Amino acid sequence: MMKQDLYAIYSIWLREMLRFFRLKSRLFGSIASPFFFLAFLGVGFGNGASLPGIPKGLAYVSFLTPGIIGMTLLFSATFAGLSVLWDREFGFLKEIMVAPVSRIAIVLGRTAGGLTTGILQAVIILISGILLGMAMPSIQGFLTSLLFMILIAATFIGLGLAFASKMEDMSGFSLIMNFLIFPLFFLSGALFPLDRFPGVVKDLAYLNPLTYGVDGLRYSLIGTSAFSPALDLAVLAIYCSATLFLGAYLFENTEVK
Amino acid sequence: MTEITGAVEQGNDAELALDGSDAAISIRGLTKRFGNITAVNQISLDIKKGELFGLLGANGAGKSTIIKMLTTMLTPTEGEARVWGHDVVKERNLVRSSIGVVFQDPAVDGMLTGRENLDFHGRMYGMDGELRKKRIEEVLELVDLVEKADEKLEEYSGGMQRRLEIARGLMHYPHVLFLDEPTLGLDAQTRRYIWQYIRNMNEEKGVTIILTTHYMEEADSLCDRVAIIDNGKIVALDTPENLKDVIGSDTISLVVQSGAEALMQSLRPISWIKSIIANNGTIELMVDHAQSRIPEVMQQANRCCAKITSVGLHEPTLEDVFLKYTGRKIRETGSHANSMVARMHMRHG
Repeated sequence: MMKQDLYAIYSIWLREMLRFFRLKSRLFGSIASPFFFLAFLGVGFGNGASLPGIPKGLAYVSFLTPGIIGMTLLFSATFAGLSVLWDREFGFLKEIMVAPVSRIAIVLGRTAGGLTTGILQAVIILISGILLGMAMPSIQGFLTSLLFMILIAATFIGLGLAFASKMEDMSGFSLIMNFLIFPLFFLSGALFPLDRFPGVVKDLAYLNPLTYGVDGLRYSLIGTSAFSPALDLAVLAIYCSATLFLGAYLFENTEVK
Repeated sequence: MTEITGAVEQGNDAELALDGSDAAISIRGLTKRFGNITAVNQISLDIKKGELFGLLGANGAGKSTIIKMLTTMLTPTEGEARVWGHDVVKERNLVRSSIGVVFQDPAVDGMLTGRENLDFHGRMYGMDGELRKKRIEEVLELVDLVEKADEKLEEYSGGMQRRLEIARGLMHYPHVLFLDEPTLGLDAQTRRYIWQYIRNMNEEKGVTIILTTHYMEEADSLCDRVAIIDNGKIVALDTPENLKDVIGSDTISLVVQSGAEALMQSLRPISWIKSIIANNGTIELMVDHAQSRIPEVMQQANRCCAKITSVGLHEPTLEDVFLKYTGRKIRETGSHANSMVARMHMRHG
């Protein structure tokens, strides 16, 4: 990779950081809804009312926190990928696309930006969960969870990028939110164990990359999981490479009208 | 439409080598279709190094589409184009590193300051920290925005944004600078400033400049050569002077109160008057170099005691040229007013 491409990755990442921290409302807005999910559900179901399928003695907030971390990453990463749409709408995409840098560098810069902001928010949710009563994870567990966070975020950045490359304006945005992002969230076992789903729905959940992400986070942070962590890692890695590749490919061929 | 177009289109590919080293841009049979609509139709054109070249046309004529193909933003449906010797499809990155572009619609990040926007740009063009710093100061000074450098772009007026974009387009020393409607929607004073920058860049820095415009005065006063684009085709191509010469002579209009007949009689033998049309108390004379002929006409009027109450002078403008080749006036095309409004919304929205 050329020096110029490294500059470009850094430049695009830096812009994301400037924008993220400059727009305080976005910062708080993006963290608010996962926090409320965590606080109200975690405290509400908190004591005694242990749901079937959750290991005995495990507080619901401990079970829920990895799920809400997954949710945070799902939303922030998809948004980061879709932010190409904003740039298209406000014209800045032309400034990026006309620059003499490889398109993959542009994709990597955006991915790096989305990863940083996503994981920052995820860590804030993790700390919130601990404050709300989740058991403190080990250092090793935390580091393992970071790996899963990166894979989850990268998967959905790629997905967002793929959609944004094929969309000409923002009109499809709410469609994606309602018919893709929310179903992915609810069908991931983020809120309750997968056994609670009926047959067909369970099959859908097995196709959902976030299912494996949340499961991997549970393994790392609270030491319990539905699948083996190796399976979680493998499935997620495959999805991650696939969506990133697809996103990069479609973005490479996007035209700027 | 005629000799000029004919010559352009006949410029067959074999004769005009595509790698012609003195051409900043060479275009052969360039075509872009969107579905059924042909936005750009078989355009061939050479633009010389160091030239200040104008694409003149109404909105929707295809000017921006040509620019977007030349700047690698759109892929041509057919045909070839080279910018600074590089193919716009096969060597996109080489094209991109040779050019600077100021797009028609704003392409700035409103949440970043002027300096940050320029800094972003410099990094994307591989400029290291020291060079960026130096160039940012230089170009900010060039467009007179030093004091505004640390304000967010969303606080800038439309004219200031435009100036920043022009500064940015120049920051990385491009060989070729594309300006798509550089003064659209700007007030007269800002427009004159920007014309001055454009001229300086071209004359002092030797940057080859291609601009699109639908302002006649802009094309006329700035450009070395102008191509008139209509319905995706080049309908005329020459220097503004030659284009106007095609229209022909200047017109002197005399409003005559009395003695019109005698005056006509005395003017008829004069060889440099090409034609005389009398109409309802007005006499129109077709002449070349009308300004220097008016005194002689007045002397004739004195001699035969004709009483003239007013003298009018009309020199051919590019507007007349445009009318001749396209059959309508450029401002009649309607979409102009709408796009101005749209642009204002984008600026302030």
